[in-house]
Order: sequence, then structure tokens, then C-alpha cells
Amino acid sequence: MKIDLTDTTASKINKALVQGRRAIGTPAVGMVLTLVIVTDEENAYDAMRAAGEASREHPSRTLVVIRRVSRTPRDRTSSRLDAEVRVGADAGTGETVVVRLYGEVVGHAQSVVLPLLLPDAPVVVWWPVNAPLDPAQDPLGKLGQRRVTDTYAAEQPIEELTARSEAYTPGDTDLAWTRITPWRSMIAAALDQVNCTVTSVVVEGEEFNPSCELLAMWLAERLGVPVERTLSPGPGLTAVRMETDCGPVALDRADGSLATLSVQGQPERAVALKRRETAELIAEELRRLDPDDTYAAALSFGVEHLYDATGAPVREPGSEARETAGPDGEQTGSGAAEKSAPAKKAPAKKAPAKKATAK
Amino acid sequence: MSSAHEANPLRDPADRRLPRIAGPSGLVIFGVTGDLSRKKLMPAVYDLANRGLLPPGFALIGFARRDWADEDFAQIVHDAVKEHARTPFREEVWQQLLQGMRFVQGDFDDDAAFEQLGATIQDLDKAQGTGGNFAFYLSVPPKFFPKVVQQLKKHGLADEQNGSWRRAVIEKPFGHDLASAKELNAIVHEVFAPDQVFRIDHYLGKETVQNILALRFANTLFEPIWNRSYVDHVQITMAEDIGIGGRAGYYDGIGAARDVIQNHLLQLLALTAMEEPASFDAASLAAEKTKVLRAVRLPKDLGSATVRAQYAAGWQGGEKVIGYLQEEGIDAKSKTDTYAAVRLGIDNRRWAGVPFYLRTGKRLGRRVTEIAVVFQRAPHSPFDSTATEELGQNALVIRVQPDEGVTLRFGSKVPGTSMEVRDVSMDFAYGESFTESSPEAYERLILDVLLGDSNLFPRTEEVELSWEILDPIEQFWDRSGKPAQYPAGTWGPVEADEMLERDGRSWRRP
Repeated sequence: MKIDLTDTTASKINKALVQGRRAIGTPAVGMVLTLVIVTDEENAYDAMRAAGEASREHPSRTLVVIRRVSRTPRDRTSSRLDAEVRVGADAGTGETVVVRLYGEVVGHAQSVVLPLLLPDAPVVVWWPVNAPLDPAQDPLGKLGQRRVTDTYAAEQPIEELTARSEAYTPGDTDLAWTRITPWRSMIAAALDQVNCTVTSVVVEGEEFNPSCELLAMWLAERLGVPVERTLSPGPGLTAVRMETDCGPVALDRADGSLATLSVQGQPERAVALKRRETAELIAEELRRLDPDDTYAAALSFGVEHLYDATGAPVREPGSEARETAGPDGEQTGSGAAEKSAPAKKAPAKKAPAKKATAK
Repeated sequence: MSSAHEANPLRDPADRRLPRIAGPSGLVIFGVTGDLSRKKLMPAVYDLANRGLLPPGFALIGFARRDWADEDFAQIVHDAVKEHARTPFREEVWQQLLQGMRFVQGDFDDDAAFEQLGATIQDLDKAQGTGGNFAFYLSVPPKFFPKVVQQLKKHGLADEQNGSWRRAVIEKPFGHDLASAKELNAIVHEVFAPDQVFRIDHYLGKETVQNILALRFANTLFEPIWNRSYVDHVQITMAEDIGIGGRAGYYDGIGAARDVIQNHLLQLLALTAMEEPASFDAASLAAEKTKVLRAVRLPKDLGSATVRAQYAAGWQGGEKVIGYLQEEGIDAKSKTDTYAAVRLGIDNRRWAGVPFYLRTGKRLGRRVTEIAVVFQRAPHSPFDSTATEELGQNALVIRVQPDEGVTLRFGSKVPGTSMEVRDVSMDFAYGESFTESSPEAYERLILDVLLGDSNLFPRTEEVELSWEILDPIEQFWDRSGKPAQYPAGTWGPVEADEMLERDGRSWRRP
């Protein structure tokens, strides 16, 4: 059932939740967490649908915080809170409250959210778009154990990644990182099968896709070898090629669903590597709520080190089409490269310190 | 495989997103045309692949008498997966599996067929890179076990070469008494090393059963009262609403006690009653389980502490059904039990004097499996006896299936001016919230076989100890009387109710 409340308060919303639960006859609820989605009207529908599907695995109270844009000075000085309370069949396996903020209260969303959090249960804050630069210091972000951002949805993904690294606080995580779990597990499984030492790696994928950078940084951080990031038309990640002391190991996925694993001396094998829906990503994200140290380590490795990890990379000029190659990066990659060039100086120094605090 | 893991720089214990993927391997299913294979095994293999838990190049070989080509086999698997898989069908996952799918036609005494199987395995090692690692799933009637196992030995299929593994997976029944179980173990162990033999008890793969350990040992709340000072008795029930169906040949002469109590219920008892293991590795778990099974004592008077019965014709959920003795293929003088209830004691400091009631049956009220730990009444009640008239005993019920979850029953004041206390339930509904994502038991168990993780598989000793518990009861039943009768669709014979009444207790209605 659905209860609409206009010009309301958090305590009235709480009352409506209890009333709604009684009406459908399930006063006892087994919800395991509160998911706060901070979004705008445009992205609210998709985010709520994803959260609804994820709630089948993680029954939760979903609070959708929508900040409305005020277009006149009068609107800006007044203040109003509207809410939509959904329980039962309308809300997956949990409860959903959509709160719309108008005017001044937009800047005080945490005052609305705080009373609506489930007692004891962990809180996850998810920004599908427009995540704050420092999620842990954001008033809403402060309420959560886990803060989920998505650099894939950012205008400048690579710069955003650098910013995430600078602001990293245990509990931060990013859907661009979640997206590559199947890749990571398949590459790890491929290395389980051979007893070789990796000497260099190439990660190939579409431009403006921070997942490629994250995968490259994870590989570089774990393997301690130079990792090259090259561009392709996509979709998403298209290949990881590793040179090892016993021949190349490559995972190619040209069509976004079925990949081929080729290992020197072994037959080629097909591997299903489908690009996943947001609901699956959120469900994976909610499975563990402790800080993701592996993400922290990969992130703090630094985008800029992808190129010069060992000082003197041996590479033909043609392959320098990485977004992070630097001012002389060519063709498609050059635009992003120039923009990210100033930003990458600072984290270069900070990276080691960050790494230490993250552990 | 474990050495490769240590050497792999991409593996990090802190990286908990990376799932456990089985190493290069393949699964050979004997009796691939059977019900279990189509309804459980094939869908489980697909679901594992869909969740990305199978290695690239995973191979699936079917072995059966039918005259099929690889394509026919693939079609059967395809249909089985579409119909029974838990996760949605995805073409790319199917393509991945399809590459490694083979079919070998033959009888179990057909030497050529086993040669063909060997050739197929070598071929798959080359084409799919399975590395010689194969698990043989014996989804066949137990009388064929010795034949298949010996054929595997004869054709060198059980030989592990250059660090590869060969494993055997067998389904219950593991014999029909202690002697036959020992014989079976001897046959299998002659060919496969004991730690390469995986006995499937699909109950142990269920999330709710694994949750017993989490409930007991991850919490502080329950363990302090999990003993004779607080627990009055424990009831473990596994009820089915179906009859024997077309399984007359298998069932007659075996009966409910051998079919269910010996494996499922005694395993549930062991998990409920065991001490905390030193760690959660297979050896420590098995050590605690064997310890508690060893402490199980049979009642002195078997006649008053056990009941066996057969379902008679009756109405089951609005449907008229025939009795066991009228079922097709059953001797009208059969003494096979379709219902069995026993009272066991556990002689250790924790449980002395606490009876464990185990019951199972076919054609009972509804399909349910649960463990109920029933607590003692409060030693003194400050309330009037009228106020607590409706208060039962506190109970913690672990609902294994269906509607998986945990229920806690306790008393609560009924709102109003007078003091009246009545039973209420506090529910944790695993089933309602998590079913869609809970893996099927077979998924977990097949993955564990491929990983070589034997945590959830009963060991030889456990099987033999279970038979040691059950054998005297079966022998007693053979010697004396005949089974009681109960109308189909009820909760068992009156004799079972009387058995608990003598102890001043009663069965829960599950």
C-alpha cells in the first residue's frame, strides 16, 4: 500500500510506516539494513527499481531522498517536505519512503533521514549520480557505515577517481569497482591454473570508463608490474592481456557478454562475462558492509602510476592512447588526459600515506 | 590447487568479493537420465556457471544407456536447465557450458563404454583444459555402486596423475545396516582414497542447516541455555506429505528409519547437540559430530521408546489416497515402516537426561522439517495459575524447510486489565526474504566437491556410527510385532502420541 503525505515531518512519516505495516498485517519486519538513496528526480525511478530488486536479497528500508530544484527566490526561502510511504507489495520485500525536499530543507536532509533509520541496523548511503567529493564528510554520508558512489556516472570519471582516492575513508566504495568483480575473479582463476609470473599487463576498454582504470590499478598494485591502459570502442572493458614468463594469458570480451580465455599451451575457452544490471551491483555491494581494503589499495595506487610504475615503461608510441598518458597522449585520449593532468600531481605524493591509513 | 593459490598474487584473503571458483575440472554423471540428475544436478551445474563459480572450460559428461549423441544430451540438459534452474537462463552462460558437454553411451558392465569414457576425458583435457581433474557422480541405485567403482578402477579412471584429482560422489543410502555400509565403504575406498569420497546428504547443503552452527556458535544468546539445565527436550521432525510414489522397489524393505533417520535426522541431531568445534574445518567438525554420535544411547526398553507405522488409506489435503499396503508393487504383508519415531538420549554432561525425539514419515499432514528445542517451564511463577493457563513451554524452532527460518516462542501479556499470559512467536523468516538468492543445496555441494572441501559431507565414521545407533532398533522391530497404522494425512499413529504422553510430553504440531 501507498500513503502520500504532503508538507509533513519525519515523525509523521514514522507513524505512517507503522500504520502501513499494521494495515497489511505484518507488524514484525526482518529488515537487515537501511539504504539511503540520494538522487534527483530524473534518476530516482531507476535507482528505486534497482534497490527494489536488490531488496529481495537484502530486505531493507529504502529511503529515497530527492532534492527538488527551487526556481524562484520565494521557493528557496520557503521549505516543504513531501513523502510517499510504500509498504507491502509496492516496496519489494521491505519498506520504501520517498521524501521530496523543497526550499531550505534541501540543505538539512540529514534531519529528515536520521529519525527514519532502522534501529541498530547498518546504514548504506548510495548516490547514483552527483556524489559529493568527500562522501564521508557529507551530512548524509556521515550517517552511513557504507557510502556507495558511482564514478561511471560522472562527467569527468578519471578526475573523480583521483578525488575519491584523496578523500578515501574506510567504508567508501564505488560501483565502478563492483562492476569488475567478475573480471577480477576470472583473471584470478586464470592465474590459479598456470604457475607463471606476470611481467606486464594491458587493460583495454572504452574511454571514460573508470572500471578500466580500477582494474588496471588493482592488477598493478597486486602484481607489481607495469600496467598499460589502452582504449577501445567498448562496450565496457574489452580485454586484459598479461605477458607472463610462460607465454601470454588473455581474457577478451568483444561483445559485452561472452569472453574468451586464452592461455599459452591450453585450448581457448569460452567464459560468460555479462555486464551486470545496477540491481545486481547494489546486491553485491550490500552483501558485505565492512571496509573494502582491496578497493582502497587499488584506488590509492593512483591513476597516474598506471603508466610509469617501474619508471621506464617499454612501449611503442602507438599504445600511448591512454587517457592518463600525459600531455602528449594522442587522438581520443588526449582530451581527458589534459584535463586530468593538473589533478594528478597532488595524489601522487599523498598516495603512500593514504595507503597506510587505509590498512 | 592450494599451492597455486598461495603463489597467485591476485588472491588476497582480505579481498572478500572474489568468490571461490573451482579449479579446472569436470563432472561425470552416471545415471544422467534419472530424476535427480535432471531436476537437481544439471540445474545446479548451470546455476553455478551462471554465478561465475565454475572454471572456464568446465566439462560435463553424461553416462547412460540411452543411445544419444552429444547434441541430444545437450538438448536434455538445456530442457532440464530451462525448467528447473533457479537463476534466469542466459544464452552466453549456456554457450560456455555447451563447449564442454559430452555424452558416453553404455552399460555399467560394458568395457568399451568405459574405454570411451576414458578417451572422452583425455579429449576434454586437451580441448577444454580440465587438467585431468574429474569427479564421478554416482547417481545410480546402490546395487550398481560396486560395479561402477570397479569399472572405474579397471580402466584406470580413478588414477590420479601428476597432481590431478579424481573424486567419487555417492548418494544415500550408504548401505542398509552397519555390515553393508562397511562393505560399501570398503569397495569405494579400495578405489578412491577416503578423503576423495564425498557422500551427499543434501540436507547438510541447506542454508538453514548451516545456519544452525551460526545460530549456536556466533551468538552469545543461545549457547548458555543450550543444555540440560534449561532444555526440557528436543524434537526433530521430517515429514513428507507424499507417499512412496513409484519408488516401491527401492522403498520396500528399507523404510522410513533407514531412509531418513539414519542420515538426515541423526546429522541434524549431531549439529544440534555437538560441542563447539575448535575451528570450522572438516576435521574439527567431523571430530565433534562423531563425538556426540558416539555418546548417543538407546533407551533400555525399545518397545516403549520407539514406534513404527504404515500409512493407511485416507484423505490427504482433500485428495483420497491409498494405504501403503495397497500401493503397487508392495507385498500386502510388508512390515516396512513409513513412519518411525524414536527417543534417544545423549550421555554427556551437557545432555544427560534430555530426550531427543526423532520422527519421520510419509503421508503426514504437510511437508516440513524442523528442529524444536523445547525449554523447561519457569521453576516458579509469580502469576496465578489461571494467568498462565495458556502459556506453553518456551521453544526455539529452527525451520529447515520449507519457509526457512527461526521461531522463538515465549509468553506475553495479553492486553487488558487482567493478567493473562499467552504464547507469542518471534520470527526470523529466512525463507520469505532470502529464498530467491539462497543457493540450492546441490549447488553448494557440487561446488564443494570440485573445490575438495569436505565440511558438509558426512564421513565414513559418521555413517557407521549412525548405523550402530539404528541397527538395534531395526533388529528389535524385525523380531517383534508389526507396524501400527495411521490414516494418511494425519500426524502419525496414536502409538507415537502415547509414547510421548508416557514421558509427560506431547509432539508439536509443526
